[in-house]
Amino acid sequence: MELVLSDEQEEFRQTTHKFLGAQSPISATRALVSSADGFDRAMWRRGAELGWVSMLVPEALGGGSLSEFGLADLVLVAEEMGRLVAPGPLVPTNIVAFALGRSPAGGEHAELLNALLAGEAVASWAHAESGRGWGNVATTATVDGDHLVITGSKQPIEAGAQASHLLVSAQSGDGLIQVIVPSDAPGLTATPMGGLDLVRRFARIDCDHVRVPMSAVVSTADRAHDDLELQMLVAAAVQCAETVGVVSRVFEMTLEYVADRYSFGRPLASYQALKHRFADMKIWLEACCATATAAARAVAAGRPDAAELVSAAKVYIGPRATQIIQDCVQMHGGIGVTWEHDIHLYLRRATVNRAMYGTPSEHAERIATIAFGVPA
Amino acid sequence: MSISSTISPDPLESVDAFRVRARAWLAENMPPAQMADRTREGRFDVERVLQRRLWDGGFAGICFPAEYGGLGLPVEYQHAFTEESMPYDMPVSMNVPTFGILAATLVDFGTHGQKLRHLPAILRGDELWVQFLSEPSGGSDLAGCLTRGDRDGDVFVLSGSKIWSSSAYVSDYAMCLARTNWDVPKHRGLTMFIVKIHQPGIQVDQIRQVDGTMEFCQEFFDDVQIPVADVVGEIDDGWTVTTRLLVHERNAVGGGSPFTSGRSTGHESTSDGDQLVAIARASGVEHDGRVRELVARAHVDQLVRSQLVDRITTGVTTGKMVPPCSSIIKLFGANVSIDRAEIGLELAGVEGVTWPSGDDPDPARVLGQASLSRQGIALGGGSNEIQRNIISERVLGMPREYAADREVPYRDVRRGPSSSSRRSTT
Repeated sequence: MELVLSDEQEEFRQTTHKFLGAQSPISATRALVSSADGFDRAMWRRGAELGWVSMLVPEALGGGSLSEFGLADLVLVAEEMGRLVAPGPLVPTNIVAFALGRSPAGGEHAELLNALLAGEAVASWAHAESGRGWGNVATTATVDGDHLVITGSKQPIEAGAQASHLLVSAQSGDGLIQVIVPSDAPGLTATPMGGLDLVRRFARIDCDHVRVPMSAVVSTADRAHDDLELQMLVAAAVQCAETVGVVSRVFEMTLEYVADRYSFGRPLASYQALKHRFADMKIWLEACCATATAAARAVAAGRPDAAELVSAAKVYIGPRATQIIQDCVQMHGGIGVTWEHDIHLYLRRATVNRAMYGTPSEHAERIATIAFGVPA
Repeated sequence: MSISSTISPDPLESVDAFRVRARAWLAENMPPAQMADRTREGRFDVERVLQRRLWDGGFAGICFPAEYGGLGLPVEYQHAFTEESMPYDMPVSMNVPTFGILAATLVDFGTHGQKLRHLPAILRGDELWVQFLSEPSGGSDLAGCLTRGDRDGDVFVLSGSKIWSSSAYVSDYAMCLARTNWDVPKHRGLTMFIVKIHQPGIQVDQIRQVDGTMEFCQEFFDDVQIPVADVVGEIDDGWTVTTRLLVHERNAVGGGSPFTSGRSTGHESTSDGDQLVAIARASGVEHDGRVRELVARAHVDQLVRSQLVDRITTGVTTGKMVPPCSSIIKLFGANVSIDRAEIGLELAGVEGVTWPSGDDPDPARVLGQASLSRQGIALGGGSNEIQRNIISERVLGMPREYAADREVPYRDVRRGPSSSSRRSTT
């Protein structure tokens, strides 16, 4: 996706590529379809040893990255995972580690952060609430002595039932806050949900008067709004990179397929009607790469237009990615709509990604608010 | 002839220092940007004067070789200058085709003498150039050229017709592709010539377009004598020159050329989007969800287009992408323009198709008018269909289309009954 990488980044990308190819081929992913977790914890630990969770965390807290901006490295992992539709809670675990690493109260959570960095635990970001649109929170946090009492429902929450801890957003008397809640806290239930992706697990999280100490606060009311916005930008940038990996791989394998497949005595790839569709897919794919790269760079560098570029990437990539893959299904013919062929795994991942962290329409409205200077 | 401009930049000057110097110079010397129609009568005279001012100030031809009057600087300097030039009126019509296409091709293939004679004159604003490639008999099949260049001693005698040359009537020179050998397959018998446009034997007719403009021209050549010294590249190897010219064209039109200076380099501001916003506001529909989604989509498309230009330009410059990737920019840009024209027409509503009598240029009316010729961008410089052929064959490596004229002497290639030099009027 990013055209120019440093030598270290290129080496890291290749290491990640080889590691995933060996440890997480599609056959391994298929074998996880009926598992509860949807990913292999031993493999996740080895990924964490390669640095998959460290990149958004300061070195002083045990993290670190190759580049000046860790996000530039994390998107490489995401893209490579996308190319193999690899399982693993990359976005949620990184977002929680990122939030803990940024929090002034981060020291309180050093033990959890270390477990996340080592891949021994995974965490989940419980922000979305069903039917309310991205970012609208009804869950409440009320003060009761030296505790907070959390009540509300969150869904769909990636890795919600696999996480040891959840980063929960809630309305306090002073405004929005974020608190870290252990998944075994009394009153918290995680109910697995169904979904299109065969290995990416989502859950509904119900908090019924869950009591946490004040030290559980990760973002206080004065900063939670900004923290949540930045977390979304990072999550969306990583997710867009993953989708680019997904689409790139599907495009490659479809191009190979039409070169090898013959009908009426000539390769499918020789038909102009199909060639022109491939040309269209190619320009869309390059555009997806361009906008995902621009978004990741802007977020990494903390540029003022980062929100605009991330929303642009979400608006552009979501529908385009699914369109390209569906067109590739068409190029495959009947085999493309069978369970046997891998293309549906890719289509599932891209289709789920499209709707997460704000739908294309929600991000279009964010763009419109910037363009018009006023919200709808 | 003096080819050095009046101020030579310090060779060690940083991009930032160059930018600061450019900023101060622009403020001092260039008039503010104006919204006026750039195709109106007299615009080219204005631009020649502006270009001369850039030359005199030492800011002409930033990426052109210093030996031929340019500054010989890397593209970062050009980008910095373009960014600084946004508030000012710049000679942007000279970018395409003169600087970005023809001068760029001359840099690649011109002889030392040709470059010395023409490049400084171009950078001074003294010479406007166009390309004479397309012919009335067929647009996309450029190598199927029927214009003849018959050798006669030290000259070639040019006869035939070219079409779709922009602004040829106000231009000075053209690169003209002609068939100089009919006994070899079509790509191997072509030669590129430098042709002085206004001379006896050349008739230039302006063509009225659907939007009322008269920029496109058709030329008729009646035994025009071209000195052998005006051949660009090798005799019978004009296709090599053409191919490179087309790469420069796609770069220049797509906004990825280092040789263009000023606004129309593809890194546009949001002014296009602002126009849609203004129309929505004027109609009081800025809170309508569908309108907002349309405006957002147009905005995103423009943004992604410029991101794509950056990506492909980087890819081609670093050798990670093959040069035909410039077709990706061209095709994407055309699609974005067409989509935007459609969105503009939707937002313009009734005001885009009917208006009170008078000349007041209402933005909705402009969008309505513009929608009539929206396909132009998907035709000029190689149609969308040709770009798709290029991308699928030369970028993706898919099999080439069958061509009945391959490896056949061109005089034996079948031609349709309408292959005349006159435009069809039906």
